[in-house]
Formats: sequence, C-alpha cells, structure tokens
Amino acid sequence: MATSETTLAALIVATPFAAALLLGCCPPLRRAGQLAGVVALVGSGAALVIAMRLASWLWVAAYRAEVFRLTRGFTPSREIEATLAWLPQAGARPLATVGVLVDPLSSLMAALVALVAFLVQLYSLGYLADERPGGLGRYYLYQSLFAFSMLGLVFSPNFLQLFVFWELVGLCSYLLIGYYYQRPAAARAAVKAFWVTKLGDLGLVLGIVLLWGATGEFGFEALARSVAGGALDPGFLTLTIGLVYLGAVGKSAQFPLHVWLPDAMEGPTPVSALIHAATMVTAGVYLVARAFPLFAAAPGLLTVVAWVGAFTALLAATLALVQRDIKRVLAYSTVSQLGYMMTALGAGAPAAGFLHLLTHGFFKALLFLAAGAVIHAVATNDMFQMGRLARAMPTTAAVFVVGALALAGLPPLSGFVSKEAVLAAVWQAPGLGVPFLMLAVTVFLTAFYMGRAVVLTFFGGSGPAGHPHDPPPVMAGPLWVLAVGSVAAGGLASGRLPLGFAQFFAGHLDATLPHGPDWLPWLSVGLAGAGLAAGAAVYQWGVVSPVTLARGFGPLGRAAAQGYGLDATYAAMYRGALLGGARVVGWIDRYLVDGVVNVASAWTLRAGAGLRVIQTGRAQDYLYGVAAGVLLLLVIWAWP
Amino acid sequence: MLRAYLLVAAAVFAIGLFGVLSRRNAIGILLGIELMLNAVNINLVAFARAGAGLAGWILALFMIAITVTEVAVGLAIVIVIFRVRRTVEADHLDLLRG
Repeated sequence: MATSETTLAALIVATPFAAALLLGCCPPLRRAGQLAGVVALVGSGAALVIAMRLASWLWVAAYRAEVFRLTRGFTPSREIEATLAWLPQAGARPLATVGVLVDPLSSLMAALVALVAFLVQLYSLGYLADERPGGLGRYYLYQSLFAFSMLGLVFSPNFLQLFVFWELVGLCSYLLIGYYYQRPAAARAAVKAFWVTKLGDLGLVLGIVLLWGATGEFGFEALARSVAGGALDPGFLTLTIGLVYLGAVGKSAQFPLHVWLPDAMEGPTPVSALIHAATMVTAGVYLVARAFPLFAAAPGLLTVVAWVGAFTALLAATLALVQRDIKRVLAYSTVSQLGYMMTALGAGAPAAGFLHLLTHGFFKALLFLAAGAVIHAVATNDMFQMGRLARAMPTTAAVFVVGALALAGLPPLSGFVSKEAVLAAVWQAPGLGVPFLMLAVTVFLTAFYMGRAVVLTFFGGSGPAGHPHDPPPVMAGPLWVLAVGSVAAGGLASGRLPLGFAQFFAGHLDATLPHGPDWLPWLSVGLAGAGLAAGAAVYQWGVVSPVTLARGFGPLGRAAAQGYGLDATYAAMYRGALLGGARVVGWIDRYLVDGVVNVASAWTLRAGAGLRVIQTGRAQDYLYGVAAGVLLLLVIWAWP
Repeated sequence: MLRAYLLVAAAVFAIGLFGVLSRRNAIGILLGIELMLNAVNINLVAFARAGAGLAGWILALFMIAITVTEVAVGLAIVIVIFRVRRTVEADHLDLLRG
C-alpha cells in the first residue's frame, strides 16, 4: 500500500542514490570535480527538501491526532509501512521484504541526516577546492552513496534491510576515512574502522538470524508484537537482543569497541563531521531506539546498556582531556555523547536519547566543520600551535563557541535541553545511581575540555604563524545554519510549541521527556559552568599550570595519554591470538598442504629421471621394443 | 607346398629383422628392410598361387614398385645425413635421446 508519505520516504532514499548512480556510471561527470559536487548537492538537497516536507507533514498529522485524542479519546496510529516482496516464496508470505517505514522517529532522523549531509557536501566544495577533480568526484560519489545508505537504514522496516544498509554505511565510512589512501595512517584507520565495526556486526547478524529462526519475522513491528505476546523465552531474548546490541556497540563506538572512532580522524574533516553527527555513529543509537520494544522486553539488558553507556561517556571524556589534536578532542567528545544517548536508552527513555542525538547532530557537525575551517586556515591539527585565532577568524570563533557551549550544556542552547532530559531520565530510572554520578562528572569534564579547546584554539597561546582568515561563504554558510540549529534545536522539547516532542512521538515510543527534580538543571548548569571556568582558569589565566595539573593526576594522566592502553591491548591480542593462529595455519599450509604437493611432484620428477634412460634416441632400440612387443603378443595369443 | 614357401618367407623376414636390429650402418639397415619386404612378397605370391587369385599377383607388383621408391627415398636420406653429420652409423644418430 503506497501512500503519499511512503512515496515521499522512497523519494528521500532515491534521490541521493540517483546522484551516486549518475556519478558512479558516468566517469566524465565524476572527473569533472566541482560539477560532480553539484550533482551530489542536487541529490542531497532534494532529499533534504522532501525530508523536511515529510517531517512537517507528520508534525501536522500528529497535531491533528492530538486534537483527535482530546475530542474522541484515542490516538490513531501514524505508522505507515509500504513494502515490496524481496524474496518471494511460492504459496506463502514473502521470506523478506524491502520498503519504507514512516513514523516520527524515522522522519525526524531522515531530516537530520539529509540536512547534515547536504551542509557537509556544500562545505566540502570550499574545503576540498584544491583537490584534483578526479579525487573530488570520487569523494562526492562516496558522499552520495553514504547519504543513500544512511537514509535507507533510517527508513528500514525490518532487520534484514537494516542490516544491508548498515553494512553499506560501514563500507562508505571505510571509503571516506581512507579517502587520502596514499597516506598509510589513513589507510590503516580505514581498515581499523572497518574491522572493529565488523566485530560488532557479527553480533548483529547473529542476533537477526536467531530472532528470525525463533519467530520467522524480520519486521520490527512483527517482532515487537510477537515479543509482547510472550513468544520468546526471556533468556533467549536477552541473548539475541544482546547480540543485536553488540552491533550497536561497534557502530556507535561504545566501550570497548570505541577505538576506531578517534582514528577515523584521518579522513577529511567534513567526513568526520558527517560520520560523527549524522550518518555513521548515530546508526547504533537509532537501531536501539528503533528496536526499543525488543530491548525493553529483555530483562537486565537495558541496565547493561545504561552502564556501558555511562562508562563510555566518562572514559571518553577523560581521554578527551589529554588530546592535542583538535579533531581528536571532538572525536572523544562524540564517543562520550554517544554514551549519554545510550545511557538514556538504557534508562528506558528513548525520547531523551533521541533528542540528544538530534541536538548533538547539530552542534557536533558545527564543531567539526568549524574545526575544519581552523585547520584549513592554519594547516595544523595541533591546538598548541594555534591560539589567538578569534581576532583573525571572528566568524569561525563565534560559531565554534556556540557549538562548544551547546556541547557543554549551557542554557538556553540545545545541548542543555537534551542533556538535561538524559540526566533526568537516568536519575528517575531505578538502580542507576552510579551511572548518574558518572554522567554528572562527565558534564564537568565535557565543559572542561571544551573550554580548553576553545581557549587553546581561539584565545590563549602564542598565536599562529601566517595569516589565517575566515572561510569563504560556501563554508561559512553551513556553519551559520548549524549554529542556528544548535541554538534552536532544543526548542523541539521546550513545550512552547503547539505540539511537544512527546506528543509527536505519542503511540510510538514512551516519549514523555522525563522531568527531573528541581535541583537538576542547577546541578548540570553549575557543573558545566564550573568546568568551563576551570578550563579557562588553567589554559587562559594560568592559575594552575596544565603540566602541574597533569602531574597531580599522576599515573592516571599518563594512562589517559596512552588511551588507557586499549589500543595496545588490542594490538597485543591481535599479535598474540590472531597472528599466533595465523602462524599455526601458515605452518599447516606450508608444511602439510604444500608438503603433500611437493612430495607428489618430487616423486614424479624422480620417476621421470629414472625412466628417461630408456629413451636412447636410437631408432633401433625402439624397434627392439616393437619386435619384443609383437613377440610377446604372439606368445600370449598362441599360448597353449 | 604352401607351407615350404611360408617357411622360406618367415626365414627371410627373420633374417631381415635381425639385420635391421643389429646392423650399425644405415645402408645395412635399409638392406634388412628390403629383405623383410621381399619376405612379404614371397608370402603374397605363395598365397596367390595357392588359390587367392589375381589380387596377390597385383599386390606383389605394387609392393615391388613401392620397395623401389622406398629404397630411393631411404638412400637419399642416408646421403643427406652423411653430408650433415659425416657419418651413417645408427648409434650416432640419437638426437631424440631423452
């Protein structure tokens, strides 16, 4: 059943795909460079316009439904699904279907993805203006494919389609992280991102297959129904959904699979913005939100999700404190904020987590693109070689500060609203006292490292070499749009709109944004303010020298500088287990498998060497053979 | 009567074969081949006389012609080999040795 909503959703997915197809199949267009960018921009721009239309449409529909509920007393479902048979079965329901699922969650997410993708592609026109045309065309091909994959994932009505797009997203991130494939570090980072996320995907595909084996369903709706009907054993359900969660852990860079995300900084900065804000890492959070009824039915699992999320948030925040590279600070802050989202989901408040995803999408894209403008201007990633850029780059400094304050969570910026919702949700959830404390500490740390980044980049320090300047309009435009979004996105949940966030989701998620106790905003604002003040005090005014501060933390500081040795641990595991196994297999191949072949060939050679002496080359010897053979035949024939 | 002819032919064939196998000179080998062919001719004529009819005679005539051409070709080859290798010893002509 195709309705206008599903048609719009299909169009949203199709337009970036058309751009990717055009760029992929038409080499002259791809090699044209900027023209390829225009093609990609048309694709994602069209997707953006349609996604906005769809989201506003649903918003209006939700408003009508709310009125309907108030007058008639019930809420009509606003979930619309259109599918085609993919793997048809004779005389039965199709084994698998493809299609689109339109509901408030997917429409809002698609709007965010299309917006960030469009702005990033626009920004890249300026950022990558010096690239070779061929490379630029390749870049825009991957960008279009990336947008298509993520939008397809967002609208997936079932696990199987989601998995296909999930892998496509992973592939595109691999291609884009490794865009500068001539640089060994970039190639290694791309492979690392691919392998680490694949480790999680292994769990995801196992979970999907196990769920399908038990229920015969791939669809989110059908699975939620059968789980609600008690069709599955709780232990089995916990196992399978736990495996699905493993996929989200890999994709959304949760501990212990977060190690790929900081290394992904080797890609071009706009790619980092895209991966961090909208298309790659949010997929895991989106998956958990999408499959939330299943997670909610698995006993104990949500607690695990919350604990892992809170621990990830705290761990990544401490790691962000010691980075010198501005992009790595932002990367660890993404890991940390993803921890917030997951904790909110684990606390049973998907709406809060999703709201944080939306607002984070705005300000993290903003921060990355602004950082890209800085890197573009001063040609270094090291914050200690920047400083006093506020005078040379006032626009960039202004938008970066807006993004940093939003990330730190100061009112009235969007980050405050969503972080507040997350904290309230975790406070209210039973048995999550320690995760709440972790998140509260993380609020302070977040503000501290963002204050440090802002000061080191734009205010303190010695000032950069050369003459940095603000980016051209094609790069500044997206920055301003995102800055406005970072300020205003919190308005979604303000309650002043004719229709709140909660009502928009009514009937889909348990979407009432939790309200914490009255002291909670004061606590989080106080912590954030204290963190910013401490960051400024250390790095701007020099109240305490950063070196002294680091020494004060002793081994902890040194361990954080090494990433808590996690990379080293993985490397050791890789060397010990994987290379050890490979060596055993290599020995078997070299000495057993090859040995059999070598022995066979050696025997053949030796037999040949022995037999060659009878080939004398003298015709008479051969005639002897013929005569003897004839004689032998005669004897056999004439025997008795 | 036929039996005696066949015995003579077999003896001539065996002598020819022995020559072919044992002579080291290429011309001697050709002579051996001639003997073997003539043993066949004796057989053909003997069978024709014993009742096989005209075909045996005709075939013997063909054989004689073919034998002559074969000797001509064979001797030509021997002469060419002698010119190239300066020898007609069969033991030395072993280019195909493995």
